[in-house]
Amino acid sequence: MTARTASLWQIRQPSVIPGFGLALGVTLSWLTLIILIPLSGLVWRSSALGWATFWELATDQRTVNALRISFGTAFLAALINVFFGVVLAWVLVRYRFPGKRVIDAMVDLPFALPTAVAGIALTTLYAPNGWIGSLLTPLGIKIAFTPLGIVFALVFVGLPFVVRTVQPIMEEIDKEVEEAAATLGANRLQTIRRVLLPGLAPAVLTGFALAFARGVGEYGSVIFIAGNLPYVSEIAPLLIVIRLEEFNYPAATAIAAVMLVISFAMLLIINMIQAWSRRRYGYGA
Amino acid sequence: MEVRVQNIRKEFSRFPALNDVSLDIRSGELIALLGPSGSGKTTLLRLIAGLESPTEGTVYFGNEDASRKTVQERNIGFVFQHYALFRHMTVLDNVSFGLTIRPANRRPSKADIRKRALELLDLVQLTGLEKRYPAQLSGGQRQRVALARAMAVEPNVLLLDEPFGALDAQVRKELRRWLREIHDRTGHTTVFVTHDQDEALELADRVVVMSKGKIEQIGTPDEIYDTPNSPFVFGFIGQSNILPVRVENGQLWLDDRSIGVSAPGEADGPAQLYFRPHDVELLDGGGCIAGIVVQTRRVAGTRHVELDVGGANTTVEIELPPEKATSDRSRLAFRPTRWKLFRD
Repeated sequence: MTARTASLWQIRQPSVIPGFGLALGVTLSWLTLIILIPLSGLVWRSSALGWATFWELATDQRTVNALRISFGTAFLAALINVFFGVVLAWVLVRYRFPGKRVIDAMVDLPFALPTAVAGIALTTLYAPNGWIGSLLTPLGIKIAFTPLGIVFALVFVGLPFVVRTVQPIMEEIDKEVEEAAATLGANRLQTIRRVLLPGLAPAVLTGFALAFARGVGEYGSVIFIAGNLPYVSEIAPLLIVIRLEEFNYPAATAIAAVMLVISFAMLLIINMIQAWSRRRYGYGA
Repeated sequence: MEVRVQNIRKEFSRFPALNDVSLDIRSGELIALLGPSGSGKTTLLRLIAGLESPTEGTVYFGNEDASRKTVQERNIGFVFQHYALFRHMTVLDNVSFGLTIRPANRRPSKADIRKRALELLDLVQLTGLEKRYPAQLSGGQRQRVALARAMAVEPNVLLLDEPFGALDAQVRKELRRWLREIHDRTGHTTVFVTHDQDEALELADRVVVMSKGKIEQIGTPDEIYDTPNSPFVFGFIGQSNILPVRVENGQLWLDDRSIGVSAPGEADGPAQLYFRPHDVELLDGGGCIAGIVVQTRRVAGTRHVELDVGGANTTVEIELPPEKATSDRSRLAFRPTRWKLFRD
């Protein structure tokens, strides 16, 4: 009897941690329910369109522009976040100063704040008659109601993703590694550029991927500041909503399917780069 | 290059880690800083490296005052206990690092750097592993990479902070012998920190014993082991027994018995007798220390016998040849052949 049960559970190694079967079962059911079923529904709906219709809908100029704006601004915002997020994490990890804990807590605000509130706040600031907007307008710089405004909003919502992924890895860096570089004659800049940053690359990449993914899917904060001019500052998620409100379900599913494919491809590439660098540098190995 | 440390004092937020320490390190010497944790040995090493700056005092490299130089300018090689390798670089890149970051006018050509790094890897017996990453190496291999990396910059002095501390016993012994060989071949002035007395005594030309931020004794391994100059050194190095004795007319007395040891020239009064377990001879009476066997243990080639020597005081442990069988509760008499008196 026992021998038979054992042969049924060959995947399961004897372990001091019980419940592998149960935990895996729950995990898979949950993932299926929450992620796989809705996504396959989407794929199924768009495949029902037929290839010709799908292609026509997906290559519609307004759709293409919206996708370009969505992915372009998200990419740019994630890049900006990588730079400032790493600097911010560095300051939080390396220095002790009054108010450090307040700043550390503030980093999480974009997580918690309703994104619509953030969008309205940013619009008020950067609109041509807002505090900052009114200073920039004479210089010919327009932020609100342009793609630049979208980038600003996405930088805001994406920042904590970079900081919170890079920070713990930075804390792990041994001070001795920096000292070793110094004894070998490296100055601060060389130590940062050749020793510290390459070691952080996998974490930075993860932060980038998260911030980017968040930016692509962001809706609430963007629609207030973007101005939503078709072909110019209209993001793909908004276009989907517009199509839905027109009861144009085929168009909505087509855009959504294209977003899904592009997002999946980009995340896959980023994950592969990450896996490669992890293997190489031995992080988490 | 010779290194002189003069009247160094170092405080960490008012807590003194080193107190007026002076030390002359000769050129080409292999010297060990030995002491328990908190004795200041690592602090002293880091001060020589320039990773810490002294509160007071001076460090000389040759005749040059190095105290005002930064760690980068001192051109030293430093090996850390936990290797501190750059894990995103191959073994070859790790070893070459110190040369590749030099300003262009002092930097050897790419081919020369590669050649030098490969030579060093050959020296540390890691030929063929230059394309590996540190994560793919064993602890002993990593430490050898760290040593090659430190030697690549032709350092004035090689400083090693508990270099074998993170390795297991077998590898430690191997690397110890191997480090001695490397030193004899390259002739770098080398200072290493350890809390392992065997390591210090086996490896070093001279041993510096430290305690509580001070140097207790400097000497060859033989001098340190055979003629310790303080109760601390006697107790810290090797095994030792301590008996409270009395000096009377140049003779030593334990309680009301003469132990048959004369100490000419010693002033009368109480003292502490220090002797090593193996520096004893067995006797059949006369002036001796007599005790009752409490416990015997066979340790490798010797028999360790624990004796209760009576009084409120204590047990001592002596080492006998294994063929000398003793049963518990039997009486045994001995006399220390080599000993030292210390007074409070």
